[in-house]
Amino acid sequence: MENIIEASGLRKSFGPTQALDGLDLVVRRGEVHGFLGPNGAGKSTTIRVLLGLLKADGGSATLFGGDPWKDAVTLHKRLAYVPGDVTLWPSLTGGEVIDLLARLRGGGDKGKRDELIQRFELDPRKKGRTYSKGNRQKVALVAALASDAELLILDEPTSGLDPLMESVFQDCINAERQNGRTVLLSSHILAEAEALCDRVSIIRAGKTVETGTLAELRHLTRTSISADLASPPDGLATMPGVHDFVVEGSRVKFQVDTAVLDETLRHLASLGVRGLTSQPPTLEELFLRHYQSEGAQS
Amino acid sequence: MTALAGTGQLLRLALRRDRFILPLWAILLALFPASVAGSFKALYPDPVELAKFAKSMIASPSITGFYGPIFAPNLGSLSAWRSGILVIIAALAVSLTVIRHTRNEEEQGRRELLGATVVGRPAQLVAALLLAFGTSAVIGVLAALGLASAAPGAGAWAFGLEYAVICAFFGAVAGLAAQLTQSARTARWIVGAALGGSFLLRAAGDANGDENSVLSWISPIGFAQRIRPYAGERWWIGGVLLLIAVAFGLWAYKLAGSRDIDAGLVAPRPGPPRAGRSLSSPLGLAWRLQRGGLIGWLIGFAVISGVLGSAATTASDALKDSPELAEMFQRLGGATALGDLFMVTLISITAIAAAAQGIQAAVRARTEETTGRLEPILATAVGRTRWNAGYVLFALGGPVLSMLVVGLVGGLSYGGSSGDVSGQLPRILGAALVSLPAIWLTVAIVLALFGLAPRLVAAGWVLLAAFLLLGQLGAVLQLSQWALDLSPFTHTPHLPGGAMTWTPLIWLSLLSVALGALGFAGFRRRDVG
Repeated sequence: MENIIEASGLRKSFGPTQALDGLDLVVRRGEVHGFLGPNGAGKSTTIRVLLGLLKADGGSATLFGGDPWKDAVTLHKRLAYVPGDVTLWPSLTGGEVIDLLARLRGGGDKGKRDELIQRFELDPRKKGRTYSKGNRQKVALVAALASDAELLILDEPTSGLDPLMESVFQDCINAERQNGRTVLLSSHILAEAEALCDRVSIIRAGKTVETGTLAELRHLTRTSISADLASPPDGLATMPGVHDFVVEGSRVKFQVDTAVLDETLRHLASLGVRGLTSQPPTLEELFLRHYQSEGAQS
Repeated sequence: MTALAGTGQLLRLALRRDRFILPLWAILLALFPASVAGSFKALYPDPVELAKFAKSMIASPSITGFYGPIFAPNLGSLSAWRSGILVIIAALAVSLTVIRHTRNEEEQGRRELLGATVVGRPAQLVAALLLAFGTSAVIGVLAALGLASAAPGAGAWAFGLEYAVICAFFGAVAGLAAQLTQSARTARWIVGAALGGSFLLRAAGDANGDENSVLSWISPIGFAQRIRPYAGERWWIGGVLLLIAVAFGLWAYKLAGSRDIDAGLVAPRPGPPRAGRSLSSPLGLAWRLQRGGLIGWLIGFAVISGVLGSAATTASDALKDSPELAEMFQRLGGATALGDLFMVTLISITAIAAAAQGIQAAVRARTEETTGRLEPILATAVGRTRWNAGYVLFALGGPVLSMLVVGLVGGLSYGGSSGDVSGQLPRILGAALVSLPAIWLTVAIVLALFGLAPRLVAAGWVLLAAFLLLGQLGAVLQLSQWALDLSPFTHTPHLPGGAMTWTPLIWLSLLSVALGALGFAGFRRRDVG
């Protein structure tokens, strides 16, 4: 399988701040690749290096096999980009910005543009300064999705969208995958990555700490469970993979490794469940655990 | 009063943000009049000589048109008169400070952040106005103390009052402008137009040598000058102008307290849902973003050249009344030479303004970058050089259009009033175009900074202010030639009337090309964002 993006050992510093510290990233053709990490991990810096906006201090990066710095213009004909923080020209309407970006890229699909504007419920006649954050994001998203680019680079594209629009966005990305487009999706929301991504790379402090399919990374995740039980929680606390066990009357709270979720739930059911809530692990928790275990090993 | 909650905190915030730049320009501008007075003293130690010089200045309507009337032939009055241009720069600086802390904060979204805390709705405006009035008062006191050391008397305090009330007045105008428009840029345009308009009114009024021209009286600048420092002070004028300033401030306060956040006077209208044909290249985008500003500049240049060009040959009434003055007028070269001299001054001032226009376009490229709007453009199939070229074209080509307008309109009106359009038009047009290389060099420095040290592009404004002061006050302050030579405008031939030399024009142009190329090359190599 051909790699669209290949980066290895990328380094970049801004004065005393080391933004990228040996980052690796491989995105294969046709996949939706999640690029995960907490705020300030270096996601946007990596993307800017890939776009040829920043020059890396060290390491190597290729985009479609070309040099993102030297061949920026030719490579950009094949990609579309949505920045993390979309700012528009105050005096230009959303529709004008969408058309402008399409033309600067070398043309776009007019029918698709109008369809996307409808699906995202965007008013293209409003001026840039009057859009909310979510609507500015929609302008950039429509511009990118309406293009015929092979690669979409999306930097936290849903951070301003409401849940309804987020699901429209997910539908669009799934459709793009069907069309064979490659997507690099940066996010700090694990649920979004779980819903969309074929593979993910997790970075922290400018380094790649994990990369693989979500199934491969399952060992990292831990689900929080809170249950109201009919009988005393005998044996639950000592089950393998159960952590931070707390009893409050008939209510129990604990965390469980996703790998043993099935057995744990079966045991829970045998105790008689009157109420149950479960929370997927947040990325921050995951990082915390990842580094704690790393620290314990060393 | 809950409306004013947080004002003190916001004032402190503004002072904290401006802690270096504000004291720098305020002290510098406040102390210049004293050095002007010192230089006059050194140049004309004999009061009789000084009075003679003053009378020769009064005899020239073009000079009183530019700087205003000289009310009395004494040192203090002369120094106050010659410092008039500083007062305008200070008023501009004060009003831009007000907009920076009001509408600009709102446009950037920071006002919203603060608005959710315990801060009254008009508190930000009040803090900005307090800052403006406070700064004006400090400038006035410093200017008075400085001038009093060279020319003692109540006149020094009258001049301080004139200085302070003009600054305070335009600060209040800025506070009002910030309430009327949604964008800080438009608010700055309103202030610029108000300042330019009052200068023009005063200039047109004073150019015919009549101290009591209605035009001068209705201009805020002309009105304040009639406080008459060192020439029978009229203190009440300062009081009246201050009252008007406070009234403007209260009006702005009322608007600020009752309007929605981010709103202006005019509700935003929907625009086209699709882009027009012209909006399909980096150049098309640059044109779309800058055409309003360009047209504004061209209209401004047309008005100022038209009004002042026709005033250039007006002989003052004072000449008819006084044979002594009339004789002096003839000795200085008569109407033709003085008219030419006036046109030289007009062209040199408009050249500085055209350089400001160019710097504005060049700085705009940097604004596009820092606001994040450049990033999505460069992520398309647009190369850096191609994008940069659009802004360079406006930065260097805009001033060409402006100087063409100055030359054409100035030539027509000057020629029209002297009855020799076919003779004067080519002379004035040529004279206007000759100042282009100096303008280009000034702008090219900013273009080079954009490529090589983008954080420093705003230094271009400091540089321009320095060139303006060198040109306007360098000779009066008796600076040595090498200091004057630092300004590219020193090397422009003094046309019309002076000798034409090609050499400085050629090397100014070559230097501009080199700096522009450096800017392009630097921008290709550096990080964006």
